[in-house]
Amino acid sequence: MSAISPMPNTTNTTTISTAGAPSRRNTELALLAFAVLIPCFAYANVGLAMDGEMPSGLLGYGVGLGLMAGVGHLVVRKFAKYADPLLLPLATLLNGIGLVIIWRLDQSPRLQARKFFTASATNQLMFSALGIALFVAVLIVLKDHRILQRYTYISMVAALILLVAPMFFPAKFGARIWITIPGLGSIQPGEFAKIVLSIFFAGYLMVKRDALALASRRFMGLYLPRGRDLGPILAVWAFSILILVFETDLGTSLLFFGMFVVMLYVATERTSWIVFGLLMSAVGAVAVSTFEHHVQQRVDAWLHPFDAFKDGSSDQIAQALMAFGSGGVFGTGWGQGHSDLIGFAANSDFILATVGEELGLAGVMAILLVYGLIVERGVRTALAARDPFGKLLATGLSGAFAIQVFVVAGGVMGLIPLTGMTMPFMAQGGSSVIANWALIAVLIKISDTARRPAPAPAPSPDAEMTQVVRP
Amino acid sequence: MNKPVRRIAIFCGLLILALMVRDNWIQFVQADELKANKHNRRVTIARYSQPRGNIIVDGQAITGSQETGGIDFKFKRTYKNGEMWAPVTGYSSQVFDANQIEKLEDKVLTGDDDRLFFNRTVDMITGKGKKGGDVITTLNAKAQEAAFKGLGKSKGAVAAIDPRTGKILALASTPSYDPSTIAGAQDDKAWKELQADKNQPMLNRALKQTYPPGSTFKVVTAAAALENGLYKDVDAKTDSPLPWILPDTRVELQNEGNIPCKDASLRVALQWSCNTVFGKVSADLGNKKMIDQANKFGFNKPVDTPVRAVPSVFPKDNRPQNAMAGIGQASNRVTPLQMAMVAAAVANNGKLMEPYMVDKLRAPNLNVIEHHTPKEMGQPVSAENARKLQSIMETVVEKGTGTAAQIDNVKVGGKTGTAQHGVDNSGNPYAWFISYAKTGNGSPVAVAVVIESSETIRDDIAGGKLAAPVAKSVMQAVLSTEK
Repeated sequence: MSAISPMPNTTNTTTISTAGAPSRRNTELALLAFAVLIPCFAYANVGLAMDGEMPSGLLGYGVGLGLMAGVGHLVVRKFAKYADPLLLPLATLLNGIGLVIIWRLDQSPRLQARKFFTASATNQLMFSALGIALFVAVLIVLKDHRILQRYTYISMVAALILLVAPMFFPAKFGARIWITIPGLGSIQPGEFAKIVLSIFFAGYLMVKRDALALASRRFMGLYLPRGRDLGPILAVWAFSILILVFETDLGTSLLFFGMFVVMLYVATERTSWIVFGLLMSAVGAVAVSTFEHHVQQRVDAWLHPFDAFKDGSSDQIAQALMAFGSGGVFGTGWGQGHSDLIGFAANSDFILATVGEELGLAGVMAILLVYGLIVERGVRTALAARDPFGKLLATGLSGAFAIQVFVVAGGVMGLIPLTGMTMPFMAQGGSSVIANWALIAVLIKISDTARRPAPAPAPSPDAEMTQVVRP
Repeated sequence: MNKPVRRIAIFCGLLILALMVRDNWIQFVQADELKANKHNRRVTIARYSQPRGNIIVDGQAITGSQETGGIDFKFKRTYKNGEMWAPVTGYSSQVFDANQIEKLEDKVLTGDDDRLFFNRTVDMITGKGKKGGDVITTLNAKAQEAAFKGLGKSKGAVAAIDPRTGKILALASTPSYDPSTIAGAQDDKAWKELQADKNQPMLNRALKQTYPPGSTFKVVTAAAALENGLYKDVDAKTDSPLPWILPDTRVELQNEGNIPCKDASLRVALQWSCNTVFGKVSADLGNKKMIDQANKFGFNKPVDTPVRAVPSVFPKDNRPQNAMAGIGQASNRVTPLQMAMVAAAVANNGKLMEPYMVDKLRAPNLNVIEHHTPKEMGQPVSAENARKLQSIMETVVEKGTGTAAQIDNVKVGGKTGTAQHGVDNSGNPYAWFISYAKTGNGSPVAVAVVIESSETIRDDIAGGKLAAPVAKSVMQAVLSTEK
């Protein structure tokens, strides 16, 4: 990491340096070149392995991905000059590799023989372009991330609508996390809610944090919050449980509650919140899983994945595990595995299994490292941010990102029960890729503000480290 | 606010770390297990992604591969004369796994064997597909055909071995099945029918089924008598009263008809199959000595040919039961292969060779990667006693119950048997015949035949009438190829 650290003195992140950090835009460009080249090689590799010839779409794919990366880079250069140089290349790399895997699975005769098969690579490329467009729009429109603070309560309403809406639409594959618009397709509002909700939490907690942090009693080494301060966490908890019950989606529920606890902890610096949060999520999860059939099924499938062959339930997890196992350390190579045996959702929720089988343990570790790096850059942005709102927002977004990666990858690898979420950037699905590009855009914007050399004095009151507790 | 942010960083790191640890667990620690999981279709997909190697008898492949054009499996196993060869090959199915040689030598047949590594690497570099190796068996096509045809529509089994080496020459079981019918991906119906069939066509009776041996076991009892010094001369009178009461009971042991069994010599007793003589031999020797002799012939342990033959048993038992076991009518049970081994050991002058049916494993480039060398299993009877046994077994064929097995100009020794079974012996008896043929070159063949459903005949002649002709034609087939 040291090569990427902007300056030796970056550990002192809260100090405003007037020396002016290097912008690192050329580093970003060089990394982007790799991020585009690697998926292009992968694309060629798939074609050579499956058809024995260079795929005809290689040029179009390469140019498309290159253009997206190029546009992203130019906009960052212009509108977020001091942004973190790793975020854009890392996201581009994941997006590119995801596209290759989706295209590779499109070629699978086994999947093509399934009912309702549609080739998804072209659509996904379009969604990725839309994602980059949103990324560009956020960077251009959002002059400073602190503007978002003004929309704290609007964000709350928006998040509520996004989260509640799917309850009124029919369940798909056992979970109500989609809004279906006939003729147009469906979107997964949870992916967008993730961003909007973190804006609300950041804005809300920034105002309330002192009350939540200071007014407490000490009990058994823990600072217990006052009863009335428990209100917000209880409300969010209850809301997550409701999501779990009505949308029958463990993943979304876990993601939002986890994100809230993380942000609450950062805002108040009280470990007791973490303890509370863990207890409450455990209680909630256990309670719901005892009476919610769908959740129960998921837990059973997690505990006994190979029972599916006996009782005829979905064998996806078992198939995914066997895909991972068959890949071994080095994998079968692009296009030569049989991860398509997973069947349904092989290119969305289960996309990591294809990485596991065709790129092996080595490939999965690399992909996990890339995800880890994105999270790390996000947290670093939070450390470097000069304002508490930015810190909270960056922590919330990277925390949510990390939790989502954990929940999805953990589910696919049989570490935790499977939930209906998608691998950010890689999995097939428009909502996911578009929303995650927006997430990266917000992080880039915060990091740009954090690393930007100090402007002329007259600091905004929000940037002060101590704040008046406003009622 | 930075302290909690750093802790959150650690927390996120732990989440990723947990994923990495889990990934190492499933892709490294458990990888082989998951790879070989019986539900993992990759195994089958790989097995049928190129033509399988063949199982070969007398230089001819008895298996084949056929292109299917399917998504999962490019090739399908085919069998030539599948019903006849099923007890040798077993089956290799796209859905129902495989068994016998198809399963045991699967790695060679698919080309995955470690010893084929060099071939695989060369093929990979030169851009050729993976190829499977061949399994060359010891079987004799003519003998197999004679055995299979001889059994015909009746239920039964034949095992023939070369006593000098232990090579299995014929291994037939009827009713049989054609493995081709269950080789494909859409053969569920045929599979279920085979599984539900009351006649158990998929049961390899020659290796996997045990029967009461009936009078054929008297050869083992005679061997025990000679080996333990109870009698030394096969032509001297034995101490055999008639009637003879089973020890510890008031039950009189019956002979089949009015035959000269009183104090009969071993030769006469075997010639006419005297129950009283051999029952008393077994009783005189006692359970332990009988078990020892049986074990020397290979009883009470499985034999891997490499297809495993279930153990034939001679158990511990009380005195009357032990006496009955001496005439093959108690709790002792045998596989046809075991009885062929008994005949073979006698024919090979007392030396028992380990039976085997895979002679060579051959790489696709025709290099032999494994060559089986005959192994001695033991010496159940001394050479001198073996010659005595040969002499009395030859009398059985010459002028006793086994005359149906006579072959012109060839010395044949044998023993008939008819095993009663079922409650109060109500089931149809099993007709047995074990025999060997001898030429100037030692004995090239020993054979055991069992036929289950001999409808009408219930006396000891059954073995001679039903089973002996089958044994004879198998021996003739071997002798004709020997020259």
